[in-house]
Amino acid sequence: MSEELHDVRLRVNGASYDLRVPARRLLSDALRHDLGLTGTHVGCEHGVCGACTVLLDGAPVRACLMLAVSAQDQEVTTVEGLGNADGSLSNVQQGFAECHGLQCGFCTPGFLTTITAGLRDNPTPTHEECRDMIAGNLCRCTGYQNIVKAVERAAELGLETPEDGS
Amino acid sequence: MKPAPFAYHRPETLEAALAALAADPHAKVLAGGQSLVPLLSMRLAQPSALVDINALPGLDGIEVDETGVRIGALARHAAVLASPEVRRVQPLVSLALGHVAHATIRNRGTTVGSLVHADAAAEMPVVLSLLGGSVRVASVRGQRDIAAAELVLGPLESSLAPDEIAVSAFFPALPAGAGVAFEEVARRHGDYALCGVAALAHGARVAAGYVSVGDVPTVVDLSGVPAGERGAAALAQLDPQADIHATAAYRAQLVRVLTERVVESAVSSARGES
Repeated sequence: MSEELHDVRLRVNGASYDLRVPARRLLSDALRHDLGLTGTHVGCEHGVCGACTVLLDGAPVRACLMLAVSAQDQEVTTVEGLGNADGSLSNVQQGFAECHGLQCGFCTPGFLTTITAGLRDNPTPTHEECRDMIAGNLCRCTGYQNIVKAVERAAELGLETPEDGS
Repeated sequence: MKPAPFAYHRPETLEAALAALAADPHAKVLAGGQSLVPLLSMRLAQPSALVDINALPGLDGIEVDETGVRIGALARHAAVLASPEVRRVQPLVSLALGHVAHATIRNRGTTVGSLVHADAAAEMPVVLSLLGGSVRVASVRGQRDIAAAELVLGPLESSLAPDEIAVSAFFPALPAGAGVAFEEVARRHGDYALCGVAALAHGARVAAGYVSVGDVPTVVDLSGVPAGERGAAALAQLDPQADIHATAAYRAQLVRVLTERVVESAVSSARGES
């Protein structure tokens, strides 16, 4: 019993990939298994934890709540695409490094993508807005305090050295 | 946690989508997928086919005029929430949307999809019921409007026929001199509400709609009931149930407290006191 496969062109971090996948392939699994981009992590697989969050045309979405076939023709950005072109850390990544915003790191890719878009849309968030920005992401290590500090630090870094909002 | 196999259609015209849906009575429509995909992954739903409407042109519109707001089937919650015109013409839509899940879910989920998903724990079906809106559906047989009162048959069951696609929803404008309010209590902001209340006050008419109380979106008429007695009056017409999130008694208390607070807020807003 062979399952029908679909030709899909995904654009991820600026590169195009042609794959043949069953319709039921989740975007999160396509990224990890078919493309080998294992930076996107899969936690709950039903849209609650936020670990698999990627940017779809710049907006954070759950990769586990999308089918790969439904993501064609759109630009996907994963955590692998967040660093600066010269290989240095982005402001959000730098903020996490400086503020101990991660411990085990499992949830981190989802936080980084979410916050990258959040600070692009609101470069000068209040403390409360920083908390709200990450409300849809779960972390079981840090207790969130250092993640909120990391958001605030990243916003500070953004004011010192603005990045091109890719 | 992986969906069972299904056939997949990604039509580029509404006609092709309607034909694909009519050809298979066990097919489901995929729009934002924020409720459907978890159901697929947990295998609570195993449709034979998905008709993905995301490539259809012209369905992502948000049209606002003085009669109300018409929201297309592919308009994401985030786009509706961001519209100042929607907020001006029918503020209850915007007030409630701020409580729909988290921002990340709102970026993909659609308002029309949420309506026809017919979840009693969802905000927008209650708002549509309270405002007396409607959902426009299309099939190979033609097009019709379903009034909010006829939209939900039971838990997660809408009155759409298997071959029908919801193409838009209409929320009537807030009339001059009317007021609305919305509030809910959830464990964390963005979680499903333990109890949510939407209220509308317009002249002598006062009504409240309830999220997560009962199996279907429920609207209670509170016209003529004085402040201080509205919570009890509402509760007399509702039957809050226990679940893993709240006991029936706690949910009843939330109905009492939120009804008084939210209805009073709508009445004040109608008086122009906001």
